Amino acid sequence: MDPMALVTPAIGLMFWTCVVFILLLLLLKKFAWKPILNAVDERNESIDNALKAADKARSEMANLTADNERILAEARAERDSLLKEARDMKKSIVNEAKEQANTEADKILTSAKEQITNEKMKAITELKNTVADLSIDMATMVLKSELKDADKQKQLVSKALKEAELN
Amino acid sequence: MLNTRLKNILIALLLITTSSTIKAENHPKENSSDELYNPVPAIMHHISDAHEWHLWGEGENSVTIPLPVILYTKGNLDVFMSSEFNHGYKKVKRGDRVYSIDSHSHIIEESGLHPLDLSITKNVASMLLALVVLLLLFAGAGRKSKNSKGSPKGILSYIEPLVLFVRDDIVKPNVGSNYKKFLPYLLTLFFFILINNLLGLLPGSANVTGNIAITLVLSFVTLLVTNFSANKSYWGHIFKPPGVPLALMPIMIPIEIVGIFTKPFALMIRLFANISAGHIIILSLISLIFMAQSGLGNGGAFGVAPVSVLFVLFMYLIEVLVAFLQAYIFTLLTSLFIGLATVDHH
Repeated sequence: MDPMALVTPAIGLMFWTCVVFILLLLLLKKFAWKPILNAVDERNESIDNALKAADKARSEMANLTADNERILAEARAERDSLLKEARDMKKSIVNEAKEQANTEADKILTSAKEQITNEKMKAITELKNTVADLSIDMATMVLKSELKDADKQKQLVSKALKEAELN
Repeated sequence: MLNTRLKNILIALLLITTSSTIKAENHPKENSSDELYNPVPAIMHHISDAHEWHLWGEGENSVTIPLPVILYTKGNLDVFMSSEFNHGYKKVKRGDRVYSIDSHSHIIEESGLHPLDLSITKNVASMLLALVVLLLLFAGAGRKSKNSKGSPKGILSYIEPLVLFVRDDIVKPNVGSNYKKFLPYLLTLFFFILINNLLGLLPGSANVTGNIAITLVLSFVTLLVTNFSANKSYWGHIFKPPGVPLALMPIMIPIEIVGIFTKPFALMIRLFANISAGHIIILSLISLIFMAQSGLGNGGAFGVAPVSVLFVLFMYLIEVLVAFLQAYIFTLLTSLFIGLATVDHH
């Protein structure tokens, strides 16, 4: 067999190759490449979108956590300040009460002292009066007894005169 | 006597394994008295196109699938089945036209007219089979991709990675930014070559991508696509090569013009030669058994057969690799040529 036959292209075969290839190109383009590549592109897009959404959600989550922490810290600070305020208030109230109590006690004490002094003075005055009365009474009694007889009255007058002369 | 036979066998072995088929064809002629089995006609028969799909049997007892013969002679369209030739033993008359078929499977008109042979030959039939296979596989995958959401399922899960491989690893890096315009053509090219390569490996199948007419058409399409999509800078590099002294222009411009054609020409030869060579090597290795039989008798055949079969198995696996590789290379280089013709230098 002539080996040149191998490298001699046959017209009919070339014709049919063109027909088959063009037919294949048109059919596959419409029924295979377009749908397959479109589906792949769509899937890629949806995967991209899903990844982006996941990223967004993650960052939102991080924001949320940060917010929570901030709020928590704020709450803690507020609680601390409230506690401090309360403690201060307690201290001031107690001090005020103590002060008030002291002044009240002082007042009571002074008034008590005053009263005591008053009472004492009253008692002393009364005592003095009583003593005066008593001494008057006794003097009266003594006088009465002394002046019972006339001798004694004379003696007394002389004595008194004597004394008065001395004065 | 035995020594000379052994010597002949060894020479034949050497010649066949270097796949120099033409020498192998001449060799037995020089030693025709030895009646050594000549594998060349069988090999050539297997890798050539034919008007009938030969299954088995010899001569008039051949079992074949008849294929339609379509002839256009002098304004007349003659259509008949190839079985009417009765494997070349009969002539077919249509009106005043008498057709016969020669041993090379060429149809001849007896009165010297040259009929335009548009027959559905073995290769055309195989190509049509490939068309059906491709449509079933890829249109099926396409329909699936339209209907289903989410990850690819069924046939699509096999097809999609291949399609994406062609797009992302062959077309995108080589064609450049406007690759989308060429994607359907390049995908079709890749899978047309691949499926035909693989169908050609089936026993009893046709040698489609190892036929020069088919690779010629494919590379001619590359030539057309490359040059019709080419931009100014591509033509500028051909007709006014930058940085070339004026005195060299008469040499450079013809070289550049020849270069337009050598690139697709190399594509044509590469695919044809690779696929044909693979078939020839496998057929030669099988033929070794019959050569051993004719040279050494049945014992020789049994001795050579296991070695031969092992080598054929090995070659077959390489051919599967080559089927993918050649589809890849053809598409890759076509992408590269398109990329070079459309690249924006500024």
